[in-house]
Amino acid sequence: MSKKITRHDFEPKIMAFVCKWCTYSGADLAGTSRMDYSPNVRMVRLPCSGRIDPQFLIKAFEQGVDGVIVSGCHPGDCHYNEGNYYARRRNLAFRELLDFHGIDLARLEFSWISAAEAIKWTKVIDVFTDKIRELGQHREYADMTDPYAHYLVKEAA
Amino acid sequence: MAKIGVFVCQCGNNIARTVDTADVAEKTGELSGVAHVEDYKFMCSAPGQEMFKKAIKDNNLDGCIVSACSPKMHEATFRKAAEDAGLNPFKVEIANIREQCSWVHDDKEIATAKSKDITKMMVNRLKYNRPLERYKMPVTKRALIIGGGIAGIQAALDLANAQIPVSIVEREPSLGGNMARLSETFPTLDCSQCILTPRMVEVSNHPLISIHSYAELEKLDGYIGNFRATIRLKAKSVIEKDCTGCGECWEKCPFTVENEFDMGLSKRSVIYIPFPQAVPTVPVIDRENCPKFIKDKCGLCAKVCGQQCIDFTQQDRVIEEEFGAVIVATGFKLMPNVYKEYGGYRPPHMTPKKLTAKIRKTLPRSTAGRLVDVINGLEFERLASASGPTGGEIRRPSDGKVPETVVFIACVGSRDCNKGVEYCSKICCMYTAKHTMLYQHNVHHGKSYVFYMDIRAGGKGYEEFINRAQSENANYVRGRVSRLSKKGDKILVKGADTFTGHALEIEADMVVLATAMVPQEDAMGVAKNLGISYDQHGFFSEQHPKLMPVDSSTGGIYLAGACQGVKDIPETVAQASAAASKVMQLFSREELEREPEVAIVDEKNCMNCWDCVTVCPYNAIDRTEITNRQGQFLKWAAKVNPGLCQGCGLCNTVCRSKSIELEGYTDQQVYAQITAFEGAFV
Ligand SMILES: Cc1cc2nc3c(=O)[nH]c(=O)nc-3n(C[C@H](O)[C@H](O)[C@H](O)COP(=O)(O)OP(=O)(O)OC[C@H]3O[C@@H](n4cnc5c(N)ncnc54)[C@H](O)[C@@H]3O)c2cc1C
Ligand code: SF4
Ligand code: SF4
Repeated sequence: MSKKITRHDFEPKIMAFVCKWCTYSGADLAGTSRMDYSPNVRMVRLPCSGRIDPQFLIKAFEQGVDGVIVSGCHPGDCHYNEGNYYARRRNLAFRELLDFHGIDLARLEFSWISAAEAIKWTKVIDVFTDKIRELGQHREYADMTDPYAHYLVKEAA
Repeated sequence: MAKIGVFVCQCGNNIARTVDTADVAEKTGELSGVAHVEDYKFMCSAPGQEMFKKAIKDNNLDGCIVSACSPKMHEATFRKAAEDAGLNPFKVEIANIREQCSWVHDDKEIATAKSKDITKMMVNRLKYNRPLERYKMPVTKRALIIGGGIAGIQAALDLANAQIPVSIVEREPSLGGNMARLSETFPTLDCSQCILTPRMVEVSNHPLISIHSYAELEKLDGYIGNFRATIRLKAKSVIEKDCTGCGECWEKCPFTVENEFDMGLSKRSVIYIPFPQAVPTVPVIDRENCPKFIKDKCGLCAKVCGQQCIDFTQQDRVIEEEFGAVIVATGFKLMPNVYKEYGGYRPPHMTPKKLTAKIRKTLPRSTAGRLVDVINGLEFERLASASGPTGGEIRRPSDGKVPETVVFIACVGSRDCNKGVEYCSKICCMYTAKHTMLYQHNVHHGKSYVFYMDIRAGGKGYEEFINRAQSENANYVRGRVSRLSKKGDKILVKGADTFTGHALEIEADMVVLATAMVPQEDAMGVAKNLGISYDQHGFFSEQHPKLMPVDSSTGGIYLAGACQGVKDIPETVAQASAAASKVMQLFSREELEREPEVAIVDEKNCMNCWDCVTVCPYNAIDRTEITNRQGQFLKWAAKVNPGLCQGCGLCNTVCRSKSIELEGYTDQQVYAQITAFEGAFV
């Protein structure tokens, strides 16, 4: 199943926040089935997509991540009955906030991936990686200097 | 400074083929806080685990990362090994470099770099892992069963025979449920009472089963292993322990009302047992209809009772009992009001009970101007039952005549998104076939017609049973009935045969509707009381539709019978036994262990917004008063019940003051993971 590795000048950094019941297991299945996908993603495993705090995403962008994936169980499949509904609702509210923060919403991907959807997982990663590669690096946050820095009293020299 | 050990596994060649494990180990060893690294062929093998344990002890490690396969595979293995070596198991984390790296990438350079990142993220996270202790909770080895139908009876017997004490709470005066109403049962046509009543007697004689009949659960507190139930025992007006069930009172009682057990097709006295084989055989006074309670007249029963056990002043009693597990078996009812569609007739058990002088204890029933002879399946069961109002002769309710032509209509309310429910009630095809046979066996020259949509007979011996019914003279007509109307003393049934395309009119003496099975009226109230979830119809939801079909959404509460979804008797019994075996599993241990990855509250910081309380899907968060040492009230704060918390972390996310944290997935741990890679990517 191996793909030809083509090296690009720019390899985006992508962070995925996933629930451990569905998406993480789906990604494990991709491994057990020896599928091949872009190596650009790093995962943070959480109990439920409802545990994903919007601030995690901001933090990730602040660290110079170029794109973020949020993924959990399909609606109705949540291990905790309703956690993913909260995640979805929060995501809707949060998108506006991110927009306001000046983050291109194209850099945030939200998708449901079940424990059986290994193929979907690899597709989401591959497509999203390509998309971010097109968009280029996300420097806005990493390069930002603290606008209040000059107000701060310098430590005694 | 942390002393972390990192163990990189080659997994034979599974990891080593695309990941330079030695390089990963070496680079990780340079991270701050890492005190020891290993690169090993098979970490999970016995020598691998020994090495792991020895390294912990020799180097006095205070945390370990195993860079290997998915945590699903061996997290438990290494946590156990760490525990053996004296390290808190929750200070061990797995970095998944196999399923999520070596197996999905071919390029060794890239895969090695990714493995380093994954390991580094986990090392950073580990620095914030707190040592956690598993919660140990005692178990009260006593089970509560709500509902005394066949499901409750079966579960009670299974448990009691396994030496587990059981209490059954049944709201009617007797056990038995709907099965007690049935005449004969498909697919074998054995008499329902003959197989049910011995079970009821067994329950009543079992030393480990206590029956609270005429009782209801008011409240359930606590959590798995430790429930506290508040049960209201309604006043029976009879001193139970003295009553011998001789029957003097109910035979002499001069007042009657419609008998609910016979679906209103007969009368019962005001002091009554629902049916002759009732268990317990203790009568109750129906206070709403008893003149002693309405206008202080009569009181005859007290005079005739040789045991002096009638007590008009008895009060409801509220008792509290402790249980370790609950089985919900509250059953079903038939969809009411479908009659409206067919002539505006209200079923008698839906009409307010009226006090009438003792007339005839049996038919006919007069409900002038209505289509009285349109009845439902359970009413037909009573007519066909040897112990029913007609002694097993099939006679129609209006004038007691033997019906010469009977029309059975299937799928009334079922599979009907407009006027009824979307689901298939599953058993009606079968009992309609049974009804045609019972009718034919009773009225040899009678004619029966069945209007149906499809026939669904998926069960052992079921299709054969339908074939038998069809060969025994029942006329099956595929099509729907559009209208029922009165024509003389008959009912004109207008319908269509969709096979021939012809309209059809039948003059029937009686019409039997196979109405949809729906949840009990109070099902949602019961669910809320117990803290379990239910579906859009009001049937209780199982934890997982395939793999956990008897667990409710709340730990320690199990489901049995038709309260969870439409079921026939064999399925009900199977589920009841399954629920009982779940309880036995739970009770096989002296103490319950719960993973400590639950939410905890910083009480000082909590600002009582109660957002966490609202969001928690398991009602695991309470409001408590914080007091000082003198017992003076200081403030309110949220409090998590670790017995109920399932560790989803919703509360952690919504808490604006960051006062509630999910152990094992705290903000610190997650941020540490996010900030680990500072651009060290690929
Ligand atoms: C017309 C008809 C014919 C049928 N014929 C057959 C047949 O031939 N063969 C077959 O296999 N199946 C048949 N069935 C199906 C069968 O009746 C059910 O499968 C079976 O009765 C389900 O048992 P149960 O214990 O789950 O529920 P139920 O029999 O409904 O028992 C529930 C019990 O719980 C009690 N209860 C309810 N709510 C509360 C509460 N809140 N607190 C305390 N107690 C409560 C009720 O009073 C009742 O005693 C037939 C059904 C119908 C309607
Ligand atoms: S079981 Fe038969 S009669 Fe009942 S709803 Fe299903 S198809 Fe209709
Ligand atoms: S972690 Fe989930 S289950 Fe536990 S208290 Fe918080 S919201 Fe409730």
